[in-house]
Amino acid sequence: MEKKLTTPITDEQIRTLKVGDEVLISGYIYTGRDAAHKNMIETIKKNEPLPFDVKDQVIYYVGPTPAKEDQIIGSCGPTSSYRMDKYSPYLMEKGLKVMIGKGDRSIEFNDVVKKYQGLYLLAIGGIGAKLSQCVVENTLIAYPELQSEAIRRLKVIDFPAIVAIDFEGNSIFTK
Amino acid sequence: MYKVERKTIIESVKGMLLESVKTLDKEVLDAFENARENERNPLAKNILDKILENHEIANSKDIPLCQDTGIVVCFLEIGRELYFDYDLDEAINVGVSQAYIEGYLRKSIVRHPLNRINTMDNTPAVIHHEFIPGNKLIIHIAPKGGGSENMSTLKMLSPSEGREGLIQFVLDTITKGGGRPCPPLIVGVGIGGNFEKCAWLAKKAILRPLGDVTENPVDRELEIELMERINKLDVGPMGLGGDATCIGVKVNSFPCHIASLPVAVNLQCHSARKSEVTLIGKEINHTNN
Repeated sequence: MEKKLTTPITDEQIRTLKVGDEVLISGYIYTGRDAAHKNMIETIKKNEPLPFDVKDQVIYYVGPTPAKEDQIIGSCGPTSSYRMDKYSPYLMEKGLKVMIGKGDRSIEFNDVVKKYQGLYLLAIGGIGAKLSQCVVENTLIAYPELQSEAIRRLKVIDFPAIVAIDFEGNSIFTK
Repeated sequence: MYKVERKTIIESVKGMLLESVKTLDKEVLDAFENARENERNPLAKNILDKILENHEIANSKDIPLCQDTGIVVCFLEIGRELYFDYDLDEAINVGVSQAYIEGYLRKSIVRHPLNRINTMDNTPAVIHHEFIPGNKLIIHIAPKGGGSENMSTLKMLSPSEGREGLIQFVLDTITKGGGRPCPPLIVGVGIGGNFEKCAWLAKKAILRPLGDVTENPVDRELEIELMERINKLDVGPMGLGGDATCIGVKVNSFPCHIASLPVAVNLQCHSARKSEVTLIGKEINHTNN
């Protein structure tokens, strides 16, 4: 049975979740992948404000296909998370709680998630048409020049994911 | 001499791409259904259900199966009797550009690997050319995802490592890839030739029809054994364990140097999108020239 997870994320919600739990996420989440992460980390290093407050928020590693006129969003499945491993600690330091992507991360990343009491969630890769059906709002909020890699705020209802690294640093990949 | 019109090529490429991003071959779908039937891991079975459901939604709602609509790979088999008074590669790229812009597909290509400025229309495609007898032009095309491409490998083995060394290298590739290349996979293995030839063979292998059986008995035995051993690795759909790690293994080989045993492993994710078309050249009337 899936557990509900509502954004913004609270510590109480995070502590109820264990590796392997299936969750349904509802609320606002933010898209961001390689290029947006690179930009955000440069921003942090320059001590400038991020395009959105990441505190208690969720970043989804996705670069969707463009929406047609009658669509909210195009296909929007997860991209591989390991490429964000060196960027994520900077964002978690700023309060980011949850990351959604696909595949494993570096072994050291288990400790990063534990240190900041966060969560790494897996979405199923390659089912972007199905996942698009969970998105009810889609607003471009930063880096429009990055096209599919721009940061978007999505409102999702019952977006399905699996807990891959929990707040204690347990990983589904190192069980 | 025979000719295929530039316009025909552009339209064919565009049409194949628009269709392939939302529709998998029937034999690939059958393989997933079969894998779902036989899967013993409940989470893996659930993922296979979702992969099949995704295909239905992609089709009925006209949404790409996957947001990564790939880098376009194109293998051209060019009839020797064909005559081109235009740039064939340019025509392919016009078809690609039109498909990605008009079809609302994701533009995933950057102009330079280090500058990383998007080309905005998913061109250029990676195009390979071969000659064949006759007056036909056969276009094989695949929008190839980046995730599975990133987990592909190449190694120049020592001939002493032999068949078992080669098998171990393939198995290591699948194990290390885990969930990143989006299994269940189609695994393309290129053996022999030299450094670039084995990569080319591996890429060509994943474009073979899933039911295609190689004529070479050595490669055929390897395909069967690799399929069995890969599906015992417990990598499973999305790397979360299970019986369904791959739905096909395709091996292509070529002669090689006495010092070498090149092997390349090209991975195809479960969104195994591809298409092909055969265009027949029309005879050119010389008297009108």
